[in-house]
Amino acid sequence: MAVAEAKLDATEARLSALTLPEGAAWLTGLRQAALARVRAMGLPTRRDEYWKYTRPETLVQPEAPQAALFDVSDEAPIFGAIDRIKIVFVDGVFDPAASDDLSLAGVEIERLETAAAKDIHWAKDVYGALEINGQTPVARPLAALNSAFATDGILIRVTGKAAKPISLVYHHRSETSDVMMHHVIRLEDGAELTVLENGPAAARFNKVMEVDVADGAKFHHIRAQGRDHERRAATHIFARLGAESLFKSFTVTANGVMTRNDCVIELTGDDAVAHVAGAAMGDGDFHHDDTVFITHDAVGCESRQVFKKVLRNGATGVFQGKILVKKDAQKTDGYQISQSLLLDGDSQFLAKPELEIYADDVACSHGSTSGAIDEEALFYLKTRGVPTAQATDLLVLAFLAEAVDEIEDDVLRGEITGRLDAWLSRRRG
Amino acid sequence: MLEIKNLQVKLEDEDKQILKGLNLTVETGKVHAIMGPNGSGKSTLSYVLSGKDGYEVTGGEALLEGKELLDMEPEDRAAAGLFLAFQYPVEIPGVGNMTFLRTAVNAQRKARGEEEMSAAEFLKVVRAKAKTLKIDADMLKRPVNVGFSGGEKKRNEILQMAMLEPKMCILDETDSGLDVDAMKLVAEGVNALRSEGRSFLVITHYQRLLDHIKPDVVHIMADGRIVKTGGPELALEVEQNGYADILAEVM
Repeated sequence: MAVAEAKLDATEARLSALTLPEGAAWLTGLRQAALARVRAMGLPTRRDEYWKYTRPETLVQPEAPQAALFDVSDEAPIFGAIDRIKIVFVDGVFDPAASDDLSLAGVEIERLETAAAKDIHWAKDVYGALEINGQTPVARPLAALNSAFATDGILIRVTGKAAKPISLVYHHRSETSDVMMHHVIRLEDGAELTVLENGPAAARFNKVMEVDVADGAKFHHIRAQGRDHERRAATHIFARLGAESLFKSFTVTANGVMTRNDCVIELTGDDAVAHVAGAAMGDGDFHHDDTVFITHDAVGCESRQVFKKVLRNGATGVFQGKILVKKDAQKTDGYQISQSLLLDGDSQFLAKPELEIYADDVACSHGSTSGAIDEEALFYLKTRGVPTAQATDLLVLAFLAEAVDEIEDDVLRGEITGRLDAWLSRRRG
Repeated sequence: MLEIKNLQVKLEDEDKQILKGLNLTVETGKVHAIMGPNGSGKSTLSYVLSGKDGYEVTGGEALLEGKELLDMEPEDRAAAGLFLAFQYPVEIPGVGNMTFLRTAVNAQRKARGEEEMSAAEFLKVVRAKAKTLKIDADMLKRPVNVGFSGGEKKRNEILQMAMLEPKMCILDETDSGLDVDAMKLVAEGVNALRSEGRSFLVITHYQRLLDHIKPDVVHIMADGRIVKTGGPELALEVEQNGYADILAEVM
């Protein structure tokens, strides 16, 4: 199908502001192919079905809209107490002084910029490959744009059990920064890794993370997105899971005028497990979109999607979640829940849960709800002497708990709960 | 302790008068019981005193140690020393019972300008009090009232009362849904809290709870008013003859 003219114009306008980064032949070829994909698809417009609830204009326009910086004042940074390999980027530029030595037993860690200078690299079989897989049946042009133009990122190959998490820390110091980063993670058979991400990264951030999880490998991902309220982010996770492998990703988002998080997971080996969860809280012109697409293409796999949003003062939450069970994916166990807590009548939650099932021996369930605070519970708490604001916060945390409980590690779960507490107490003053 | 004068209350949404000039005085250190047939306004009285939405006070006053309760937010009433043991305790998924208890205890202490209880001190106190009510560690960890049996919920109410140490306790049909053993356990918990400085208002349909929690004064409530007041023998009279005779006599 030919791309509509308006879409074509918007796409070319965006592309004219960009230059393909230089690099070795392996990467240049992949970048040029990605650019061709962008041209074939065209960048998203509000007329695209997949962008019905989230207006893509500010993510597509040539210049990044300005975004004021967030004052974290004396707050202790998240994950600060965790023993980790810290890799710091400031507006997308690697900061060697603030980063740890990139060495960890059983793990190869390399920057995309460094790898791009090498003639041969393991990442050539993964970079953009999972993104291409994720382009059907729904096009994700912002991810292809990223594969073409990302200037840096981290390439991680894990052969053993990583002794500590790799922590990607993104700082936002320029009000107009426009950043694209592309991470590639490959876990070999039986390998284990936890990746932490936090920070706002840029005024506008386009990030892709491709995660290839081989048989029996385990991958955990915990992300705390930046709280600079005016920042914009479009992120994609593309994951491919081998037999008996495990993938668990959790994201907390507080603030942010525009967040679109796509998570595309393909279960290709039998008995693989994929869990993806998120807790989002915002007010005013906060807009947060979780778009998840999980494909079951093997026998006996389990997938879980648990998304919770707390919205107030006109905030908007979006959830588009799909479970696709292919014909031979028997014994699939799929679960999806998306819920919003609307703290006032101005906020809205738009949900599009979907199941598409071709196998005949599966258990799939999904649910989506929007509700206000439970007045009975609130009254009960108040009769015990808990003031209204504090009682409301307690109920907000209780609402988010089902998503936060998806985090297996107690310490990391505590870090996330701390972030939620901080958001609530800032609001309370 | 508690002085209710000519209290008149209607439902906010409909033009229906529930309390029609209720007068009641509970002295410090005393246990008063209110009995009455269904629909006499007993539960409305407990809700209005604790500050639930949906009721409109059209006249009268309710004073706790001389302070007007009806102008206060529910949390301020609690800090002032009022406690309502719910007929139907509310389930709060996602909030651990311990977190709930500690938040409540410290919120009240803060409101009264007292120092908050440390985690260690709190744990020690709550464990001791839970033990006497046969509340195990698992019940303390679980979300508030979620999956609790009827008896467990009521025991949990008494535990909250024991932790919060209120001055004026209202027990709204605490015996409903309890078997004999559970009722005894609850009554023992209440009796352990009886003291010179603490008053109780026990609302019940049946005399049997009053076998275990011996009242000083018994009131009969009907059609939104206290229609008869007497000693513990009044409860026995109700048990034997029902409400009909008493109501016929006074109305």
